[in-house]
Amino acid sequence: MADVKKIATRASYGEALVELGAEHDDFVVLDADLAAATQTGKFKAAYPDRFFDAGIAEENMMGIAAGIATTGRVAFASTFAMFAAGRAFEQVRNSIGYPHLNVKIGATHAGISVGEDGATHQCCEDVALMRTIPGMTVIVPSDDVEAKAAVRAAYEMDGPVYMRFGRLAVPVFNDEETYEFEIGRGVKLREGSDVTIVACGLMVQAALEAADTLADRGIDAEVINIHTIKPLDEDIIVESAKKTGRVVTCEEHSIIGGLGDAVLAALAEKHPVPVKKVGVMDTFGESGPAVDLLHKYGLDAEGVTAAVEAFMA
Amino acid sequence: MGDDELKKVANEVRRGIVTSVHAAKSGHPGGSLGAADIITYLYFEEMDVDPADPHKAGRDRFVLSKGHCAPALYSALACRGFFPKEDLETLRHIGSHLQGHPNMNDTPGVDMSTGSLGQGISAAVGMALAAKHWGDSYRTYCLLGDGEIEEGQVWEAAMFAGNHALDNLCLIVDHNGLQIDGTIEEVNSAMPIADKFRAFKFHVIEVADGNDFEQIRAAFAEARATKGAPTCIVAETVKGKGVSFMENNVGWHGKAPNDEQFEQAMAELEKEA
Repeated sequence: MADVKKIATRASYGEALVELGAEHDDFVVLDADLAAATQTGKFKAAYPDRFFDAGIAEENMMGIAAGIATTGRVAFASTFAMFAAGRAFEQVRNSIGYPHLNVKIGATHAGISVGEDGATHQCCEDVALMRTIPGMTVIVPSDDVEAKAAVRAAYEMDGPVYMRFGRLAVPVFNDEETYEFEIGRGVKLREGSDVTIVACGLMVQAALEAADTLADRGIDAEVINIHTIKPLDEDIIVESAKKTGRVVTCEEHSIIGGLGDAVLAALAEKHPVPVKKVGVMDTFGESGPAVDLLHKYGLDAEGVTAAVEAFMA
Repeated sequence: MGDDELKKVANEVRRGIVTSVHAAKSGHPGGSLGAADIITYLYFEEMDVDPADPHKAGRDRFVLSKGHCAPALYSALACRGFFPKEDLETLRHIGSHLQGHPNMNDTPGVDMSTGSLGQGISAAVGMALAAKHWGDSYRTYCLLGDGEIEEGQVWEAAMFAGNHALDNLCLIVDHNGLQIDGTIEEVNSAMPIADKFRAFKFHVIEVADGNDFEQIRAAFAEARATKGAPTCIVAETVKGKGVSFMENNVGWHGKAPNDEQFEQAMAELEKEA
């Protein structure tokens, strides 16, 4: 695996904006004094007159983005997930969600893989918050290829979008040449018959690695990448659950309200099967190197493997 | 339109406010009546809008940041011909396009959904910024309450507008001195309002009587002529203006008149007309 390229999805976000900027001039990018970290700084460098810094004022940034969108243009609004979905929740709900405006929120530094900054900045509640807003599309890309495709798809679709990006460089496993991204359509990455692992974000890679290990131990796992939490591709999940009879969800997010609960709700209504949720277990994070934190909180291949084995026992 | 004619329209707008809030059996008549003259001036004199084409690209924009004064906005829009005046009697009813607080996707002529205080100003700043960025010539107007400006987001937005010298933006602070829990001094005053906006790099115009069309006209003319800075008009108004028992009475912030009070209010307004 030494030659696997690793890119943080926040970097993909910045690059995708630059690429989009070369093709369209009907959008602007906003940030809240975190352009270097969110990587919108790349767009700022390429198109300085199309970039606006709201300063450390996320609520106002969301409102400005909404105002811009009322004119028929698109506004990307970027900050850390904690401040986009957390601090500015009500602005996103009332000024963007309610009027269903074309604001595309690029939320970076989501989850505990923020690392050393610790719990105040490790947002594990954003997907739960955003998916409760009517009409909000919620995307959690798993790698560079998917993240870039998501940014383009978000720009092209009508309505508000919340995109969740990470700080940590993660393996690029989707093939840029062949990968077809469609909002709301899950991707089956591995066929299996014993258990279905549904994952999003950096947990997709962990799930794939876990599936390899599980195969060696006699468990044939199917792996599905659900990059769009809302609208959820219920069909692909239900179809797989009918085959395997057991589902494990994996997300770098609280087990409350995120992918796991979305999958659970869909299965409960359409095809009830036993479900195990792997995620942040209703606790705050802490400071530390991202990879070590993911390990400690059971959010790496080893953690997923152990959780699936215990579930299957 | 001359001042006498504007007064007649404002009286009609006020009757629409009282009628709609009475029919809704809830709502905010006090602030709506106080702001009626400013909103009337905007829609009948100041702004370039077209009732036949509410989404006209180059139209001037109005954001009612103090969204609870929706009855004033709805009545002005109805009087201006954006929708039938009869609709006012459906305010706050199930299925009505006239929601308790304005929604741009429901009501013709509403440029932004508002109601959660402090948020409308940011959207107005976004509209003004968009006009600057893409070279549009429209102006953006935004009405705020003097209680509303206690919200921190208002000052985030003001800071941005001042720093970006958005001279196509005109704020109006409806300064009636009252908020739900009492006078603004009793609750948590944002005074001195004018000095604060000056400090945020606004050109500030203080209007001693925000219910007087001569003074309103002069203020908006000065705002339009102001270049290099956004304008904030701080307008002293009388909450409940035009209905004797509602004037300067905070009890009428968010309460509908009963049938008897409705008759009296309408009689007073009709006498004025």
